[in-house]
Amino acid sequence: MTESLVAGSPNPLSHRLFARPEIGATAAAGVILVFFLAAAPAFRSGGSFFTVLYQSSTIGIVAIGVGLLMIGGEFDLSAGVIVTTAGLANSMFCWWFGIDLWVGALLSLAFCLFIGFVNGYLVMRTGIPSFLITLGTFFVLQGANLGLTKVVTGSVTSPDISRMDGYPLLEGVFASNFDAGGVTVWGTVLWWLGFTALAAWVLQRTRTGNWVFAIGGSADSARAVGVPVVRTKIGLFMTVSFLGWFVGMHTLYRFNTLQAGNGVGNEFLYIIAAVVGGTLLTGGYGNAIGVGIGAFIFGTTSLGIVYAGWDPNWFKAFLGVMLLLAVLVNLYVKSLATSTRLLRDSPGKADDA
Amino acid sequence: MTLIEMREVGKTYGPIRALGGISLSVRAGEVTCVLGDNGAGKSTLIKIMSGLLEHTEGQLMVDGEELVFSSPRQALSRGIATVYQDLAVVPLMEVWRNFFLGAELRSGRFPLAGLRIREMRRIADEELRKMGITVKDINQPIGTLSGGQRQCVAIARAVYFGARVLILDEPTAALGVKQSGVVLKYTAAARDAGLGVVFITHNPHHAYLVGDRFLVLKRGRVELDSRRDEISLNDLTQEMAGGDELDALAHELRRTTK
Repeated sequence: MTESLVAGSPNPLSHRLFARPEIGATAAAGVILVFFLAAAPAFRSGGSFFTVLYQSSTIGIVAIGVGLLMIGGEFDLSAGVIVTTAGLANSMFCWWFGIDLWVGALLSLAFCLFIGFVNGYLVMRTGIPSFLITLGTFFVLQGANLGLTKVVTGSVTSPDISRMDGYPLLEGVFASNFDAGGVTVWGTVLWWLGFTALAAWVLQRTRTGNWVFAIGGSADSARAVGVPVVRTKIGLFMTVSFLGWFVGMHTLYRFNTLQAGNGVGNEFLYIIAAVVGGTLLTGGYGNAIGVGIGAFIFGTTSLGIVYAGWDPNWFKAFLGVMLLLAVLVNLYVKSLATSTRLLRDSPGKADDA
Repeated sequence: MTLIEMREVGKTYGPIRALGGISLSVRAGEVTCVLGDNGAGKSTLIKIMSGLLEHTEGQLMVDGEELVFSSPRQALSRGIATVYQDLAVVPLMEVWRNFFLGAELRSGRFPLAGLRIREMRRIADEELRKMGITVKDINQPIGTLSGGQRQCVAIARAVYFGARVLILDEPTAALGVKQSGVVLKYTAAARDAGLGVVFITHNPHHAYLVGDRFLVLKRGRVELDSRRDEISLNDLTQEMAGGDELDALAHELRRTTK
């Protein structure tokens, strides 16, 4: 065993920095922020900055879960409507039975986790792509949201909950805001940052995170070395539905009443935030901070266009362009990470062909 | 010392018999070669040993204890590690993460416990060096290594985590001559370290370089079971290439080409 294998070249800093998932998104976020600061005078205030952060957080919280799930190699198209399902379940259950909102919130949580479990279980059990399974759940929930709301209230709006038991406390948890130096800061922004930090820790620094990357990168390889693939994937689906429940609670306790048709289409915003943030569509690559920056780009643009006084319809066209650019960048980064690097400094060892 | 013993092991899928009547033993410090054409049942056999499939007939004994593995984790905990040709590693993950995948070192047992990353990097680097594999940067994605190197990292990983039986699934199938040589060298190194090695291949030349015992499968049955001193490379090649069928074919071809 005298001959040794030498592989790769020591990465220069520029190379390593460029191969980080969120680097493209960070640059894009900077450019977009500067652009709107220049184009929209109304944008240049602390108040509007925190409004942007609030807007980002409402998408960003669920996008964290969707991003983790995508790194784990799966999709969840029901993530948009489950937000509304969570709020409706809480409010109508409590209104119908006249019980404390706390109980309803917990029941709604259990129900959402159950939906996430069913999504994951069906995907793992049948081997049908998660795109199809969750497309099914998406339509079931969308229909049930409207149908059940009509049965219970006779309209497509959920009953007002602001005078029911437990309301003030829950509003404090999910939908509070406070004043910091003259600007309004919504609690969801702090929750968003907290969840992002937690997800970043889990992904990069824990065993669970290692498993998430592994099942997304190559589920068979992961299984062969003893990673519990089924359990990890089901856990990821349940994480998405937990975060969906959380935003559902926020929406309910902020507006007191919900439109049963809401949430449709948001699943794509979550996926866009994740992909723009450097998550690979095919799994196995990405990080939580990137997803956060992706959500921030969403918040900046959606409000920047309004502040600049343009037709807000252009927003979606812009998102589409961002998505396409991001996919191209991600593809390039992936090819960097998987191409065999040729030896330059030790030509004598030709093992590395 | 016999590590794994199979007695008349078989696997059926409904009416279809993929494998039947397989008897073999894997001994410490020996390389058992399993040869066979595509569809001969090689993969089914190793999947039974590595816990991906449950056998439906016969007995599988590990250290004299009869078992049916229901997951790779169970086989691993018995010291049986498998290195698959195409799914040995997760390409986008760093070399050290791949090395410790499924056996991560943690700073505690609670769910959010941090990984001992510095320690894992150091150990992975040391262990690879011990096997004679020098990776420039332990943090590079393992996809940047060549196929032969990835196989070697997977073998080094199995050895480090105390595998007593190492199952190699066609480790040289997709490799060039030189890289195959490197992989065969690590196979021999694992054997010398006292592991029982099961070497699956359809290349009799590679098998004869490292094998102590040869098993040729055909249509899910054992066609030949022989010790190294009982068989020559020519006979093995002949057996592998189809034996008498090949003779007949050669005869036929001669007549038509004349």
